[in-house]
Amino acid sequence: MATQHSRSAARFMMAPAVILLLGWMLVPLTMTLYFSFKSYLPLRGGDLGWTGFDNYVRFVTSSAFWPSVITTLVIVGGVLVITVCLGILLAMLLDQPMWGQGIVRILVIAPFFVMPTVSALVWKNMFMDPTNGLLSHLWRFFGAEPVAWLSEVPTTSIVMIVSWQWLPFATLILLTAIQSLDSEQLEAAEMDGAPHLSRFFYIILPHLARAITIVVLIQTIFLLSIFAEIFVTTGGAFGTRTLTYLIYQRVLESQNVGLGSAGGVYAIILANIVAIFLMRIVGKNMDA
Amino acid sequence: MARAVTSQRKAINTAIAWTIGFLIFFPILWTILTSFKTEGTAIADPPVFLFFDWTLENYAVVQERSNYMRFLWNSVIIAGGSTLLGVIVAVPAAWAMAFVPSRRTKDILLWMLSTKMLPAVGVLYPIYLICIELGVLDNRAALVIILMLINLPIIVWMLYTYFREIPGEILEAARMDGASLRNEILYVLTPMAIPGIASTVLLNFILAWNEAFWTLNLTAVDAAPLTAFIASYSSPEGLFFAKLSAASTMAIAPILILGWFSQKQLVRGLTFGAVK
Repeated sequence: MATQHSRSAARFMMAPAVILLLGWMLVPLTMTLYFSFKSYLPLRGGDLGWTGFDNYVRFVTSSAFWPSVITTLVIVGGVLVITVCLGILLAMLLDQPMWGQGIVRILVIAPFFVMPTVSALVWKNMFMDPTNGLLSHLWRFFGAEPVAWLSEVPTTSIVMIVSWQWLPFATLILLTAIQSLDSEQLEAAEMDGAPHLSRFFYIILPHLARAITIVVLIQTIFLLSIFAEIFVTTGGAFGTRTLTYLIYQRVLESQNVGLGSAGGVYAIILANIVAIFLMRIVGKNMDA
Repeated sequence: MARAVTSQRKAINTAIAWTIGFLIFFPILWTILTSFKTEGTAIADPPVFLFFDWTLENYAVVQERSNYMRFLWNSVIIAGGSTLLGVIVAVPAAWAMAFVPSRRTKDILLWMLSTKMLPAVGVLYPIYLICIELGVLDNRAALVIILMLINLPIIVWMLYTYFREIPGEILEAARMDGASLRNEILYVLTPMAIPGIASTVLLNFILAWNEAFWTLNLTAVDAAPLTAFIASYSSPEGLFFAKLSAASTMAIAPILILGWFSQKQLVRGLTFGAVK
């Protein structure tokens, strides 16, 4: 049906979206690249000329770099492990017959809709506060010494908060995948006497493989750039500075734009490595 | 599952699932409950759950002290404006991709998706600088446009997957019957496309409402939405649990309700059609 006429109409209809996104991508990206090769300190002398790859070298050799990489990996890895493992268990549970399934689903999904600054602040004060937080009440009730969560185990605390926010997402996607599993296959396995564990490892888990991959990839992209949860809780103190937060501090707090931009370029490369895998899966799915 | 299940097993499932669901929901419930307590009851040890003197005082204080309505209005404008603008730009694009696909459609879609992967912090300074140069730092219109741009790939994708489900035969039939392009769009396509557009609007409104990188970094007073309003409570001197809870409850209540309606769209929208 596609005539020459409708083709050019289609191109015309796509143009605004394509041009806007092209501008949104190219303009800031070019500027970041440009700044990354400059010594640029807006509050201390402004543009001090070209420096080649100095910023790139200085960013990775600064004492804050490796700790921030490790913190990023711990937070992303921790949240992924927790949300995927609990997500699988929860999805399997929610797939079982029960009363009030819809309501349980609503309860489980709710944290995803809480804005990041709210969940960070509620957890920080009402749960993790060492004197008045609910967790310290609980600790005292059992006769234990309350934990000052965000200063003693700050990274673990942030992993807990972020996992709470992302568990609904993982659960929901894995549940959608589990529901597409052919129940006859499971019944057949059950009749053949396959125990619960082997049914899980040989039927359910392989069926979920693709959904798990997608959860991991999408969450990684979002988790690499978590900001509000750190901004509100520790402000990057106590070793909770992630790569994203380090770049933010370089650019806006210490106003070292050249250095921060070089960091930004690293972040973009890192995100793109993850994105390539995600795009491949999405692209393959489009052909099907 | 079509298997016969004993009601005993069903009861056990129900008990476990409700307990876990309750635990996951508990922080939200606790926040809502605390918002109706006095500051003294809010930090009582042992904690009080339901049997306290319920009060609406915190809500009044929060509104009075920080002008909650202005932040709420900013959130509505920013989330609503960016979603609306995004849909206006995306509908023609998604329509063209779904009904007049070409060899490059898939590449364009994947490229759009790739712009979503760009880490915000990598382009923070350029955007910040552009806003300063144009004099639109702490400006609602600027945030409407920025949030529209970051969500545009998701909007196009969601609409595309919905539009593709509209059978092309119906269009052909309409054309055979002599419908003009205008009538075709107005009477055939629109009614079928509206549910998809509505879901897209809903999910993107939620995403824009909760966006907390650009809204925190590009606003100060005038354009600050609820994300920034809540973040202002993180300073220790203003720390009152009951008031914090009231502020939080007001910030999340509207979106929690909308969110429950959008569960199904969430999967489609955030996995780009890879899980259905």
